[in-house]
Amino acid sequence: MEWETVIGLEIHTQLATNSKIFSGASTAYGAEANTQACAVDLGLPGVLPVLNREVVNMAIKFGLAIDAELTPVSVFARKNYFYPDLPKGYQISQYELPIVGLGKLEIELENGETKIIGVTRAHLEEDAGKSVHEGFTNMTGIDLNRAGTPLLEIVSEPDLRSAKEAVAYMKKMHSLVRYLEISDGNMQEGSFRCDANVSVRPKGQKEFGTRAELKNINSFRFVERAINFEVERQIDVIEGGGKVVQETRLYDANKDETRSMRSKEEAMDYRYFPDPDLLPVVITEKQIDDIRKTLPELPGAKRDRFMNDFKLSREDASLITSSREMADYFEVVNAKCQDAKLAANWVTGTLTGALNKDGKDLSDSPVSADMLAGMLLRLKDNTISGKIAKEIFEAMWQGEGDADTIIDKKGLKQITDTGAIESVLDEIIAANPKQVEELKSGKDKLMGFFVGQVMKQTGGKANPGQVNQLLRKKLDL
Amino acid sequence: MYQMTIAELAAGLKSGQFSSEELTQSYLQRIKQYDPELNSYITVLEEQALAQAKAADQRLASGTAGPLTGIPLAQKDIFCTNGVKTSCGSKMLDNFISPYDATVIEKFNAAGAVMLGKTNMDEFAMGSSNETSFYGAVKNPWNTKAVPGGSSGGSAAAVAARLAAAATGTDTGGSIRQPAALCGITGIKPTYGRVSRYGMIAFASSLDQAGTMTQTAEDSALMLQVMAGFDERDSTCLDKAVPDYTANLNDDIKGLKIGLPKEYFAEGLDSDLAKVVEAAIDEYKKLGAEVVEISLPNSALSVPAYYVVAPAECSSNLSRFDGVRFGHRCDDPQDLEDLYKRSRGEGFGSEVKRRIMIGTYALSAGYYDAYYLKAQKVRQLISDDFKQAFKDVDVIMAPTTPTVAFNIGEKADDPITMYLSDINTIAVNLAGLPGMSIPAGFSKEMPVGLQIIGNYFDEARLLNVAHQYQTVTDWHRRMPEQFA
Repeated sequence: MEWETVIGLEIHTQLATNSKIFSGASTAYGAEANTQACAVDLGLPGVLPVLNREVVNMAIKFGLAIDAELTPVSVFARKNYFYPDLPKGYQISQYELPIVGLGKLEIELENGETKIIGVTRAHLEEDAGKSVHEGFTNMTGIDLNRAGTPLLEIVSEPDLRSAKEAVAYMKKMHSLVRYLEISDGNMQEGSFRCDANVSVRPKGQKEFGTRAELKNINSFRFVERAINFEVERQIDVIEGGGKVVQETRLYDANKDETRSMRSKEEAMDYRYFPDPDLLPVVITEKQIDDIRKTLPELPGAKRDRFMNDFKLSREDASLITSSREMADYFEVVNAKCQDAKLAANWVTGTLTGALNKDGKDLSDSPVSADMLAGMLLRLKDNTISGKIAKEIFEAMWQGEGDADTIIDKKGLKQITDTGAIESVLDEIIAANPKQVEELKSGKDKLMGFFVGQVMKQTGGKANPGQVNQLLRKKLDL
Repeated sequence: MYQMTIAELAAGLKSGQFSSEELTQSYLQRIKQYDPELNSYITVLEEQALAQAKAADQRLASGTAGPLTGIPLAQKDIFCTNGVKTSCGSKMLDNFISPYDATVIEKFNAAGAVMLGKTNMDEFAMGSSNETSFYGAVKNPWNTKAVPGGSSGGSAAAVAARLAAAATGTDTGGSIRQPAALCGITGIKPTYGRVSRYGMIAFASSLDQAGTMTQTAEDSALMLQVMAGFDERDSTCLDKAVPDYTANLNDDIKGLKIGLPKEYFAEGLDSDLAKVVEAAIDEYKKLGAEVVEISLPNSALSVPAYYVVAPAECSSNLSRFDGVRFGHRCDDPQDLEDLYKRSRGEGFGSEVKRRIMIGTYALSAGYYDAYYLKAQKVRQLISDDFKQAFKDVDVIMAPTTPTVAFNIGEKADDPITMYLSDINTIAVNLAGLPGMSIPAGFSKEMPVGLQIIGNYFDEARLLNVAHQYQTVTDWHRRMPEQFA
């Protein structure tokens, strides 16, 4: 039987505020345990939450970016359950009235087509702390630094049909929250993570199959692997005559498998009710309009502009606009060197390769956009060849200065003096009579041999086109 | 000295008739002498109180004193007090030394008031008799066999026996007004949102409100002046200017329209107590007030609605007492579930457990709509009744309680009867209105309270109306002979 996969994602993205959602404590990552947890975060008797208004602005910004309905009066609710890292015994979240309602996000599929994925809702909530097992025997430590960190939980419709689509959606959402500057999207630090609701059904069937919820997946790679594993598992269960049970499963990245955490019967009753300590969140048209004015150009619009204005291919434009930093970088390079195709090639090729190799973010790149553009200008005016350009890029990457400095220092200026190239050519012709004969008799492939020899002798500083031309002239080809 | 009101004590301190230290010393002496009998204090802060008194004396000498500077007060043990045990009447918090001050405490400290100690109360403010306290029942100074009311029973008894010049209370369903009535003192529960709840251990967040327990309305005005006002740490606290509560105390009340809700004078009301209340209302007529009968048709629904909303909120509010970070933790927990079960099982008393269970049930999937949501709708109906009534009248008056103080142990095993003792005070909390209780006489030798209910943020009028009655009566100046 042919099976169809149905996936919905719940993405938790940490909002980039300086202080927590309901207290004044800092949200900075990596501090010593419990040093960033104030009385409110500790859930001491008598303390009360006060909403950080900035999170509301960020949620509105997000809602506008996905073309969503914004809830004029949204309500914080308490989600009640006991856990040691949940200080109050309840999490403040939004339940019946989330701040962001129905919206949508366009993703690009592998075949180049686009697909609209529905976003059911996005709501504000506080993060819990974390349990610490290392360094304790027969005990568990609790670190409440993260408790009260603001999260936006973004819930998609069950519109995704493969692990690849899920990854594309997650990547697009990741790019979006970073464009909007509402989250740093740092996945290692847990600022962007997701749960996946996965089910399978026979192709053509309308009703959804029974779903399993895969918890706490914190990388693009894992989301794909976890879903693929789960889909195979569910199909095996059904084809083996069994039934998929509704349950929560944990993805174990080390073993690359999902395993059951709790079944539907064990599912908790969270006893949601409106939090009486907080007033409903009222957002006004004016507030929305003001925030709308601060919206940056979004990835889709930027991609279309790059295609129209710079004549970039859809592939290049998509790749470059997938992160705001890269798009900004590209625009600086392009503005200076005035050659979009060249800029695009270098940004998506050599630069991206170097960043990946060293595990660096664009913001930490040793080669600034200005530096890259400076080098591309030398390439365009034939001061250097493409091959030398690569060498110069590497030198810039190692911190040896800008392109002009390196060219001067290392004497990498391309030889354009015809006489100099001719004398090198003469030597090579004299030394390789056999090849000369073959070339003359029509074996055109040997052009490359001669050009290569010249490049070798000049340390790559000759212009290959010029060598080619001079050779043909000398041999009367 | 101990018989004097805050206003009189402030004058005495200012004129140098006595120092705050002498005054504090005299109250501490009285506490030593009488409190073993009454059990109104959980913690007495002798050293700290005397240090505060000395500082107050310096402030008095330097001329920067306010009306509460150097006045010895008692604080209900529900308010977090920095460095001092804050038990909320529970074994759960018997070991809890608060690392911070509640906003109300901060304000009293800034005003230079002296804190004599922390008063006894029903566990987590759940009770109407002060019998649910981990620290034992408090006795009514007018008859030590009787309850003082609750949950602010310790504060009421302490003020009635003059073991403090005045005290704070909190009122979720009548916890200031009912004990004030049963102990023959004056108490005001302000409008919900008038006084910050920050640092006040939550019972039912949408109903809890702090207020005063004093001898006189004038003293309540002086205290409330310090307590009231916006606090950015409490989102439900209103950013609204605080009027001068003493400015209009002496205004006459000719033409004041008083509404008497017929539902509050119906069955269940003790007939002798009713006569006392009627006499008090006659006194108001003599002062020129106009009295009309009104109806609050949904009054009967207030107790059932309250006993859904309050337990629901409490079941969630008390989840933080889990033995993990503070408070009682069971010995040698075997695993997480054991830690939770035994810490909470041992730390909470039976009334608290009963309400946690009721509330948990009311919020459960499948019951939420039938209980919690319906109760919230009823709450709206009750508020609407009052809104309608206040179109025609300035204040509403009724007996604070249906009977005088009952005996210790009398209702302790019958929660429903116990819950009904708050029948006249609960609706005010559900609506969020300000309400007062003032001494109006005696029935069977026990104090009777007259309840005065005002419109939202009309505390100044309530205080004025109460004060005018106190200028022509002396019930509020009487005190139990045993403690004189």
